[in-house]
Amino acid sequence: MSLFSDIFSEGRLWGRLDDVTGDAGYDEHPPRMGFFTDTSVCIGCKACEVACKEWNEVPDDGYLLTGMSYDNTGALGASTWRHVAFVEKPFETVADRPPQGPPVTDLGMPGVGPPAREDTAAESGDGAMRWLMSSDVCKHCTHAGCLDVCPTGALFRTEFGTVVVQPDVCNGCGYCVAACPYGVIDLREGDGRAFKCTLCYDRLKEGQTPACAQACPTESIQFGEVSELRLRAANRLQELEDQGVDVARLYGADPDDGVGGDGAFFLLLDEPEVYGLPPDPVVPTRSLASVWKHVGYAAATVAGIGVASFLGRRRP
Amino acid sequence: MDLQNADCILIEGSNMAEAHPVGFQWVVEAKRRGATVIHVDPRFTRTSALADVHVPIRAGSDIAWLGGLVNHVLQHDLDFREYVVAYTNAANIIDGEFKDTEDLDGLFSGFDPETGHYDPLSWHYEPPEELSEDDRRHLREVEEDRASESSGEGHKKSHQAARSESHGSGGAPVLWKGRRDETLQHPRCVFQLLKRHFARYTPELVQEVCGIEPEQLRRVADALTGNSGRERTTAFCYAVGWTHHTTGAQMIRAAAILQTLLGNIGRPGGGILALRGHASIQGSTDIPTLFNILPGYLPMPQTSHQSLDEWVEADEGAAGFWGNVRPYAVSLLKSYWGDAATAGNDFCFDYLPRVTGDHSTYSTVKSQIEGGCKGYFLVGENPAVGSANGKMQRLGLANLDWLVVRDLQMIESATFWQDGPEIETGELVTEEIGTEVFFLPAASHVEKAGSFTQTQRMLQWRDKAVEPPGDARSELWFYVELGNRIRARLAGSSDEMDRPLLDLAWDYPYDEQGEPSGEQVLREINGTGPDGAALSAYTDLKADGTTACGCWIYCGVYAGEHNHARDRTPHWEQDVVASEWGWVWPANRRILYNRASAAPDGTPWSERKKYVWWDADADDGKGRWVGRDVPDFIPDRAPDFVPEPGANGPDAIGGQDPFIMQTDGKAWLFAPVGLADGPMPTHYEPPESPVRNPLYGQQNNPSRRKLDHPVNAINPSWSEVFPYVFTSYRLTEHHTAGAMSRTLPYLTELQPEPFCEVSPRLAAERGLEHLGWATIVTNRTAIEARVLVTDRLRSLRLGDRWVEQVGLPYHWGRNGITQGDSPNDLVNITMDPNVYIQDKVGTCDIRPGRRPRGAALMAYVEGYRRRSGIDLAHPEDGGADR
Repeated sequence: MSLFSDIFSEGRLWGRLDDVTGDAGYDEHPPRMGFFTDTSVCIGCKACEVACKEWNEVPDDGYLLTGMSYDNTGALGASTWRHVAFVEKPFETVADRPPQGPPVTDLGMPGVGPPAREDTAAESGDGAMRWLMSSDVCKHCTHAGCLDVCPTGALFRTEFGTVVVQPDVCNGCGYCVAACPYGVIDLREGDGRAFKCTLCYDRLKEGQTPACAQACPTESIQFGEVSELRLRAANRLQELEDQGVDVARLYGADPDDGVGGDGAFFLLLDEPEVYGLPPDPVVPTRSLASVWKHVGYAAATVAGIGVASFLGRRRP
Repeated sequence: MDLQNADCILIEGSNMAEAHPVGFQWVVEAKRRGATVIHVDPRFTRTSALADVHVPIRAGSDIAWLGGLVNHVLQHDLDFREYVVAYTNAANIIDGEFKDTEDLDGLFSGFDPETGHYDPLSWHYEPPEELSEDDRRHLREVEEDRASESSGEGHKKSHQAARSESHGSGGAPVLWKGRRDETLQHPRCVFQLLKRHFARYTPELVQEVCGIEPEQLRRVADALTGNSGRERTTAFCYAVGWTHHTTGAQMIRAAAILQTLLGNIGRPGGGILALRGHASIQGSTDIPTLFNILPGYLPMPQTSHQSLDEWVEADEGAAGFWGNVRPYAVSLLKSYWGDAATAGNDFCFDYLPRVTGDHSTYSTVKSQIEGGCKGYFLVGENPAVGSANGKMQRLGLANLDWLVVRDLQMIESATFWQDGPEIETGELVTEEIGTEVFFLPAASHVEKAGSFTQTQRMLQWRDKAVEPPGDARSELWFYVELGNRIRARLAGSSDEMDRPLLDLAWDYPYDEQGEPSGEQVLREINGTGPDGAALSAYTDLKADGTTACGCWIYCGVYAGEHNHARDRTPHWEQDVVASEWGWVWPANRRILYNRASAAPDGTPWSERKKYVWWDADADDGKGRWVGRDVPDFIPDRAPDFVPEPGANGPDAIGGQDPFIMQTDGKAWLFAPVGLADGPMPTHYEPPESPVRNPLYGQQNNPSRRKLDHPVNAINPSWSEVFPYVFTSYRLTEHHTAGAMSRTLPYLTELQPEPFCEVSPRLAAERGLEHLGWATIVTNRTAIEARVLVTDRLRSLRLGDRWVEQVGLPYHWGRNGITQGDSPNDLVNITMDPNVYIQDKVGTCDIRPGRRPRGAALMAYVEGYRRRSGIDLAHPEDGGADR
């Protein structure tokens, strides 16, 4: 009973967990490392995507013009471990809002065919639009759904607190794919195994910076100790607020969120949905205790029904 | 790097974030420190996305916009008056014969409609009141020239075409410092001429020409003027969005005028940054691949120069540092010909080739087509994709005897003969092409050691990281080997023609990998003294043949026998200007003309913008310029120094003359000589334009250089057949003509196909569908591309009409992982008269669907030519004399 309550208590499978690495069984370990991606200075150069593929020998992802602004890699996946989203978004001016009701969150997806607002875009000059860019990556969650459900042990927590999949152990079952609340990890077509960002585990072991952060020309991708990065992120948010930027917000930096906070978190300039990020990600294992409870109830109920029916059968 | 010190940055004619992402980090840093970033561009780009303000502008109308800003500054007395009076030629009085474009409906005085050239005689400074002997002589020459002109004897040679191709880094020399009125009230002083010239550039006119609303003009003007003066500085950045126009040099002049009026030159966080096209393009002008200059911007000798004396005569002895041209020239000849160059043989001056006329790239292409140019080297250049009018390029390549292509990849310029667009149309037939193509694989920048000189004039050394694959070799190896083999072939020749090659100081030993030493070459460029040791400064160069120097402005990069280009001290271990990171020419000076960072009396303009100043107590009270950078001034010249009348060279530089390469020491708001198309910038329409020039009857730059050839047919202006503007550009994901990116999976997947970008309004007007196909047509040819409909392309309202612009990234060709048509095939060749660069803007039609194939494509374009009413006798004029 005590083991059961320990596993399902807050901190192990959900909620705040201050020493994720220690919790994973490392007695002595380096500080937890991660990324702070400040999208307010991202210039969409995609150097991170290329540096990642070069270093990790990730194959190309096909040659498809998507028409989604300048994003032709589409989304994070088995062969795209850094992904730069491009969102063309009109400013929410009074004219843009519907006559009644709250402002609608525009997802920035380009429509097919000629858009309707032809004259407003033309005449409104510099105030007409924003072009948001953001380099997305595996979040290296405090409570990593992928890791928790992996039946082979291919996914593991490293001494740096990051989450890494070992291709030579992975059997391609795909449980992790469904368990990731962000839709990051995926099976590689033609290969069958799961792949994702390793936060350049091999480079970290040599004391080096991950390839993407190393290549970023504007320090949009910052690498460092998660505790220090969280301070940096809070300072940057304050700095932007002082400059009058009131749309900035942090994403994934809160250790009390549905995944216990991310090892890779972001400063965004709009709602997470605009960038294609879930607004309130929750690790599936958060429900594990209640699932087991419900399973228990269900089992008891089924047993009861069974007994009842058995009894019932006996009744005549 | 100094950009981070700017309080405001105006980026125009450049998509800096996309084309210079690494340099853009300093813009981001400036913004982080609170700077206002403004981007003026036809498109909303990744640069605009990071800017505080984006101003959409019609491509090619930048002079009207900048003129509007100049007018705003002058009309509201917002110039930095103390700076302007002391450091510029605002106070100079101009010759009474001068006529402005206001007087001549778009022309300046001195224009010859027969030749299309200006005689700049009437643009001169009025002679000084007290004439020296030299001044008297110059005055006599001027009067004789005037007399011969009026008597119809034609112009004196030295005044023709303003000799814009024949002077070096110091700008053209003026005859005298001239009369000045420092109250700026004289009606013929530069300040008043400028005010009158730009008075027409009102906010309403800017709106009519550029499509920019008056409110936006005011907002940007406020940002610029509010961030200029004693306490604050503004920086400008530009790239080929300014240079690639028939008025390109004048666009940059307009920016220079604005920055000079605002006092932003020679100061930290100020200046005008020319963003270069790719790695070491700055280096390839310093040590040039251009036909009209020699290393260090020494002018290439003309046929009229019979001796070393005649060659340097025009500059030697003139006031300023350019007056020291002789030691630079002699040391260059010594580096070329070593012991063979002696005082007795004029240091082999006769071995130098002479310029006989325009041998710029496009003239050379025309010469190829006409059979004059028989052999061609293409080294890291893919003109079949990357240069204007691709068809002309390929027709030229197809008419050579031999072609050498050295590249990393099998580029279109090496394979045009088997699968080029003209093979498809039948204009060229493989079996009939006589060009013998030699393809030589080249080592990439990581496969060889060497230096890059970047946009900030900084030399940075890189070591070899990996061995080149297969037969790929470095350029250095190739040219040393080519020289060795040619010299071996000529050995023993008694033909005088072979002496320049045989007498070359050509001794480059190979190392164990069989590679010559790049550092040895850098040391040779740095220069050596009589004892053979590396020199430390260009002021050590001698005219007597005891020093040798391959490029005088690079002298010092190897000072102390140390490769300073390889210096890599991190910024936290050194001074604020990071003087131990790389080496910046000249003299490791980070900001040019930095004397201007101090007020006339030598004190800093402000504590905040303190940079270089006069320390009167230094050197036991003799005084000295000191500061954060290497002062760009004579170290002990006091701020109150007034030169003796008749002084020459550096002795003629006054204590308040910061622009030490200019003969008058002043920044030129008005260029009395040196430009081929006028002393002040004037807006003219691009050679192809959908609108009439609302300023003057003169539609186009009157002195633009035309290239007459049937495949260079210009779309008539205002043609309803070609109602749209197109502009071409680069994407971050690809590199120039694509050989280094279309061939790599990781880059190709990021931008996999050629596309065009159009506004929603244009898409509706022409029925273009997002991700559908479009055909874009000019009188040169038609190309196809996929369509992106986006709000990033703006419809612009010019007066009562709309102008639509089609955006065309130009990276693609027929080779590589993904293929497509090359937008540069659409670009016409009409050139800026100063620098012979084409205009990247043109007009077009755009239609939904794919283009016709094969011979049908030619018939399709022919139909457009006919309907646009082009005069095939003069296709270069666009069918009318404009």
